[in-house]
Amino acid sequence: MLLLDRHGPKEDVWERAEYLCQAETNFVLAPFGAIAESPLVDSELRLGALLEPDRALDEVASFFDRLDLIVIHFPSAADGRGFSVARQLRQAGFKGVLRAFGPLISDQFPQALACGFDEVEIIGASAARQPVEHWMEALKRISFLYQRDYGATDSIPEQRLARAAHV
Amino acid sequence: MYLYDEFDERLVRERVAQFASQVERRLSGALTEDEFRPLRLKNGLYLQLHSYMLRVAIPYGALNARQLRQLGFIADVHDRGYGHFTTRTNLQFHWARLKDVPTVLGLLADAGMHCIQTSGNCIRNVTADPFAGVAFDEIEDPRPVAELIRQWSSLHPEFEWLARKFKIAVSGAAQDRTVMKSHDLGVRIVRDAASGEIGYRILVGGGLGRSPMEAQILRDFLPRQDLLAYLEAALRVYNLAGRRDNKWKARIKFLVHDIGVEAFRAQVEDEFARIDKAKTNARPAEEARIAAFFAAPPYENLPGVSRKLERSIARDEELARFVEHNLTRHKRKGYAALTISLKPVGGIPGDISSDQMRVVADLAEQYSFDEARVTYAQNLVLPHVRLGDVPHIFARLKEQGLASANVGLITDIVSCPGLDYCGLATARSIPIAQALAQTFADPARQKDIGELSIKISGCINACGHHHVGAIGILGLEKKGAESYQFTLGGDPGDSYALGELLGPGLPAEKVPEAVERLVAVYLARRQPDETFIETTRRLGLAPFKTAFKEIADAVA
Ligand code: HEM
Ligand code: SF4
Repeated sequence: MLLLDRHGPKEDVWERAEYLCQAETNFVLAPFGAIAESPLVDSELRLGALLEPDRALDEVASFFDRLDLIVIHFPSAADGRGFSVARQLRQAGFKGVLRAFGPLISDQFPQALACGFDEVEIIGASAARQPVEHWMEALKRISFLYQRDYGATDSIPEQRLARAAHV
Repeated sequence: MYLYDEFDERLVRERVAQFASQVERRLSGALTEDEFRPLRLKNGLYLQLHSYMLRVAIPYGALNARQLRQLGFIADVHDRGYGHFTTRTNLQFHWARLKDVPTVLGLLADAGMHCIQTSGNCIRNVTADPFAGVAFDEIEDPRPVAELIRQWSSLHPEFEWLARKFKIAVSGAAQDRTVMKSHDLGVRIVRDAASGEIGYRILVGGGLGRSPMEAQILRDFLPRQDLLAYLEAALRVYNLAGRRDNKWKARIKFLVHDIGVEAFRAQVEDEFARIDKAKTNARPAEEARIAAFFAAPPYENLPGVSRKLERSIARDEELARFVEHNLTRHKRKGYAALTISLKPVGGIPGDISSDQMRVVADLAEQYSFDEARVTYAQNLVLPHVRLGDVPHIFARLKEQGLASANVGLITDIVSCPGLDYCGLATARSIPIAQALAQTFADPARQKDIGELSIKISGCINACGHHHVGAIGILGLEKKGAESYQFTLGGDPGDSYALGELLGPGLPAEKVPEAVERLVAVYLARRQPDETFIETTRRLGLAPFKTAFKEIADAVA
């Protein structure tokens, strides 16, 4: 398993559980459905929700203030729904940590960050084949994006504007 | 024409380095073949029947002399001396060597070109009217917005992993010349009748392939400043809801069809309402920066007719035919847009040799303000030539076998590469196109038949646009033999129509005879000034079916 944010690898503090009542620590990561239905949602527990990419946004939005972490599942690297889910969650005002979870490839790390994710969790063979350096190098390959509102303040249009103001 | 600034260039070069690293990681085993394939495709590299194929993007079909020469150089040094223009205004090198690819991508970058997103499940090369900026029926030049979309869609962090490919066309004229209704999304520049304001009509859900569908109106009038936010909304809805369980049902057309265009529109509008438009849309300054590249060139004030051209025509029958068929009316008096047909009788539709590329480059530079265009019908255009220069241009083209006077005629056949190159093909298409061109080679006969589009695909994927050919030919495989299905009445333009099936498939050798029969029905029954497609509309399928049946029965 590999957990990384833009600064590098990190420890996972979240305990995974199918149901909140099984939690042994104070940081529980459970499927969104289990959280939505659990009476423990009102407890002192710190909550992380595991989300499949087909969940309706409005369902999730009503839980935003209870969730410190949302983990969006990528069933495969080629399934890009999670990128749009992340954008929608950010657009709807989610301020907690967003994690992409699945067999991603390192070239998707900068895309994930641009769409509003804070970290990626890679498991199994994908993690074994792609060491940390691959993920960190991927962040440096493309310096600037054309899209204005994807994380960076130095998008190409912004830089062009700044430059035009200079001359 | 748009020229890269340092940001465009940097992005393209970094992308080349990124691809080199992906190749390295594939070789080291860090990436599996399944992981690598989409990365390779998003960089335009296909695996075909006999070798790799590299697909170069020609955004909205625009080329300058330097780029044409560079393509010629690449063809000579890294391929087999030619390239192939496709119906999506891309250029394909059919004999690419894997080890050369990073070098070739670097050479393309040197000339402001790339292969980014010419394949794969992402937003593809954006296409536009080949007569952009010159057409007399133009509301506004579509190239600035096409360039804006090119940039916005390139390396889009959210939309590189869509359910399926996504094709966008842009048009700014009264008449559609982009096959817009076969695109996943169409952007049509329109003038609002009430306010006189210019904005966009957005179409969605078109596509050919095995389930052809006609695009429908998504937004009748979108204010121009909102374009990028609206595109983002539409793409997001598709990215989330497009089917991922079945590759053959994954295009946006199926989503629009399944939930209905009203429901799809409601979702897009809802998403659009949530997007922070001020942060997303292009700023007017950036739009103006791009638009400045497409300012009208320094035309001369010329009379509407050229004595020189008139005199030359009177002496040269071939030139007269060329002028009749290959010139298109220009906005500006004394100028014309000149179409160079890549359909010589006996040739391969869309193919161009390196020598020919260089001649077109020279002509573009000397006579057309350094501009050439690629059309979806696999031809080239010199968009602004002085009428008086036409005889000279014609002579130069003729030396290179590029002077076929057949634009829009029965030998101007659109064809995909088919079984000669393509790994998905079920039949050959190039030899069919060649046989048909031979059959109708006589210029007098072509002229008599007039406007008629034949379009051929080598399998159900419809890369050769057969659904929208007046006569569409689809090559299939039946019991180990090639079998060609005919459709009639397809139209790619504003009277958009998908062709209807005429009958059972025919073997290759019967195809020319079948087309002759269909043409004979037309010649016998047409009214004065009626084109083939108009006659099929008036008469319906029946008389053509009857003629076709005679051949089909003889075969069976
Ligand atoms: C290696 C060669 C090629 C392969 C593997 C290939 C593959 C495909 C496939 C699978 C489709 C169907 C997509 C769908 O229905 O979802 C398709 C459609 C299409 N391709 Fe190709 N193609 C190739 C070459 C070409 C060429 C040479 C052209 C242009 C002459 C072209 C232009 C198009 C167009 C216009 C469509 C149909 C329009 C649409 O529904 O978007 N492709 N291609
Ligand atoms: S129509 Fe079929 S045979 Fe022709 S290029 Fe497309 S995939 Fe290949």
